[in-house]
Amino acid sequence: MTEAVAGVLAATPIVASLADGPLFGLPLPELWFALLFAILATFLFLDGFDFGAGAVFATRDDDAERETILAAIGPFWDGNEVWLVVFGGTLFAAFPRVYADLFSRHYLLMFGILGALIVRGLAPEMYEQRHDDAWQRWWGRAFVVGSVLAPFLLGAFVGNWVLGSERSLTLHAVVVGLTVVALTVVSGVAFLRLKSRGALRTDIRQYGEAAVVAYLVLVVASLASLALVSARIRTGVTSLPVLALVGLSVALATGYVMALRRDRDHLALGLSGGLTYGLVAAVALLLYPAIDPASGLTVEAAIISTLPLNLMSIGAAILLPLITSYFIVLYSAFSGPAQPTEGY
Amino acid sequence: MIDPVLASRLQFALTTIVHIIFPVMSMGLAPFLIYFTWKDIRSDDPVYEQLRRFWTKIFAVSFVVGTVTGIVLEFEFGTNFAAFSTAAGELFGGPLAIEGMMAFMLEATFLGVFVFGRERVGDALYFVSSIAVGLGTWLSAVWILIANSWMQTPRGFEVVQEGGQRVIHLTDPLAAYANPRFPWMFVHMQNAAVESVALFMAGVGAYYVFRHHIWDYTVVEIGFWEKTMKIGIAALLITAPLQVLHGDAYGRHVAETQPQKFAAMEAVWETDSYVPEYIVAFPTDLQDLTDPRAKELFGLGIPGGASWLASGGDPQAEIRGLNTFETEAPPVALVFWSFRAMVGMGFWFLLLAFWGGYRWWRGQLLEDDLLHKALMGSSLLGILAVQLGWVVTEVGRQPWVIQGVMKTSDGVSPGLTGAEATLTLAGFALVYTLLLVLYTYVIARIVREGPPGNDELETPTPELGPEEPPTVGAGDD
Repeated sequence: MTEAVAGVLAATPIVASLADGPLFGLPLPELWFALLFAILATFLFLDGFDFGAGAVFATRDDDAERETILAAIGPFWDGNEVWLVVFGGTLFAAFPRVYADLFSRHYLLMFGILGALIVRGLAPEMYEQRHDDAWQRWWGRAFVVGSVLAPFLLGAFVGNWVLGSERSLTLHAVVVGLTVVALTVVSGVAFLRLKSRGALRTDIRQYGEAAVVAYLVLVVASLASLALVSARIRTGVTSLPVLALVGLSVALATGYVMALRRDRDHLALGLSGGLTYGLVAAVALLLYPAIDPASGLTVEAAIISTLPLNLMSIGAAILLPLITSYFIVLYSAFSGPAQPTEGY
Repeated sequence: MIDPVLASRLQFALTTIVHIIFPVMSMGLAPFLIYFTWKDIRSDDPVYEQLRRFWTKIFAVSFVVGTVTGIVLEFEFGTNFAAFSTAAGELFGGPLAIEGMMAFMLEATFLGVFVFGRERVGDALYFVSSIAVGLGTWLSAVWILIANSWMQTPRGFEVVQEGGQRVIHLTDPLAAYANPRFPWMFVHMQNAAVESVALFMAGVGAYYVFRHHIWDYTVVEIGFWEKTMKIGIAALLITAPLQVLHGDAYGRHVAETQPQKFAAMEAVWETDSYVPEYIVAFPTDLQDLTDPRAKELFGLGIPGGASWLASGGDPQAEIRGLNTFETEAPPVALVFWSFRAMVGMGFWFLLLAFWGGYRWWRGQLLEDDLLHKALMGSSLLGILAVQLGWVVTEVGRQPWVIQGVMKTSDGVSPGLTGAEATLTLAGFALVYTLLLVLYTYVIARIVREGPPGNDELETPTPELGPEEPPTVGAGDD
């Protein structure tokens, strides 16, 4: 039956025309490259602030404060993490060779990331299942370890990707990993300040300020360490767009500190988002026109053929605005401070 | 060190077979949750709020574990099956990406509203979010099964040589994605998920009903548990017959499109007609363990049954034997026995449904202690049957990763070393065992705690006491 339906539909001119050339003559490979990194940045920003919340969790002993932190990320983190699934899916669908090469080349690193994400995902759910000290202490630790390890390893992965490294954990990758951890703390603090009141809110400001300074130092260290070993990156780092992004980051970081001090928490969270998108944009700029320096694959060479690319583009054009609307519903339903009693 | 091909296959098998538990729970619970939410909003009976809250807890835990194990599966295509991903990414990656965007996003964002938002959003949005979550779980299955069904009965593509590599290009999206296998897989899988949850509900409900009505224990929330058992049986009455019906048609479709898999399911080596449907079959020699019918020691079969099933009613129909295929046969014993166990359970569930339905109709549902025991004992069998079904589907199509196009051994990442693959396999074996233990522990805890909202009424269940009823038995009242 489905074959008959398919036969009728395949005869329609729409399907035939989709194989002819790019949709509306758009530069689809570049658009998907940009979209891929936009998705990565969105993941890093959204899941980043709940990773950061996990890091802050380590500094709080008070039960009510810990519950508040968990309640703050409770409704969001699952949706946030789906951006990683979408990133993986998009890379797979649009640039399958890069997906395959990159993931298999950094085999053990990928499994480290998966392990950290498993621990990270499980911990808050488990923490709330039992209310005795030993159980909560251990799951609390697991939550912190997962929250720090996941962005660290993801950062290391991206560092290797940009460098075109064959090995799993190079020194450069470690520096990039630490940079990403610092960034998650920056946005985590802003997010938690929005979601909390009292001692928790006032105490964590200093962590945010320290993290943003550490972040700037680490960004410079990352760029320098990558530039030291790769002539290609040296050229990239000294190019105008990357230098402009570094300058912008300093401005955003300054704004972030000021916003924290004036209790403009929404603004601080937005500025940390700016830092995140800026960092990922720098990664994309350092890669382009390659998408996988290790194999020398360019965006144009790695993209899938016209027909599936056009189909994916239509799908994404319909779905991405829808997804945005879901997040608006979610975040507006849970706006305002979280209560320790809310949540799981 | 295990060979990277074998280690990758074992790892994928392990991670899939554990993962499938959690989507089965969430897909199966989805329609129930929508119903409970609707009744919670519309009726005055507080039991529906309890049902919604209780099963939402189980849904949330299942969803979280499903998410983390699902990301693993997605990444494994890249890490362990890079050659497959490179060759088939154009066709296979698309459905996965759309699944993430269309289904998983819907489910995960609205789950936040659904789990945490009862007090924060209005009734209408809350009900909509229950539908969005449910729709998300089902759409996820649509896209995953579109991708999988394409591997079983590939259509709409061409294979070209590109830079020394075989690359598969999409030529006809409708043929590829409106795949002939897809409807069978989808209907069979979705119904199986709802059936599995129905069995779980009926089993859990029966446990408390049994303790209360048969053993005379005080169970404060007995109304809740009776309702749970009844809803489970009602759902079983719908899903169990359907599962057998479309399972039969699905089998016929497999016989037509994947004759090698069908031959493995029936352990047919030589092409033959009037092939019996063996219920059980054992080899004479231990060396033939992988072939249940080798020089049969003992076999119990329905004459012409397999031919009848394959052709849809002709006991004389010919079945092509495994020896006639150029490629080596899949592990026959595993496929043969998994298939039998799955089908056997399918009929057992049908019996349970009719049994429960009959007792209910006669007004004896609360007194039949044997039925309660049968339901308790079967509460996890639905999930097991789903896993066995996937074993038949996935092991049965070996050695092909894409039927007739690409072998599994050619799909493994070329640079992968045995050491790496063995290390991660061992790691996953450990982590997934812990995951299963934790998940079981948490679900058991939720079930033991009972419905939320009446903590002050809860009587502690007696300590693990004697197996015998502490008071008079069922027959005395």
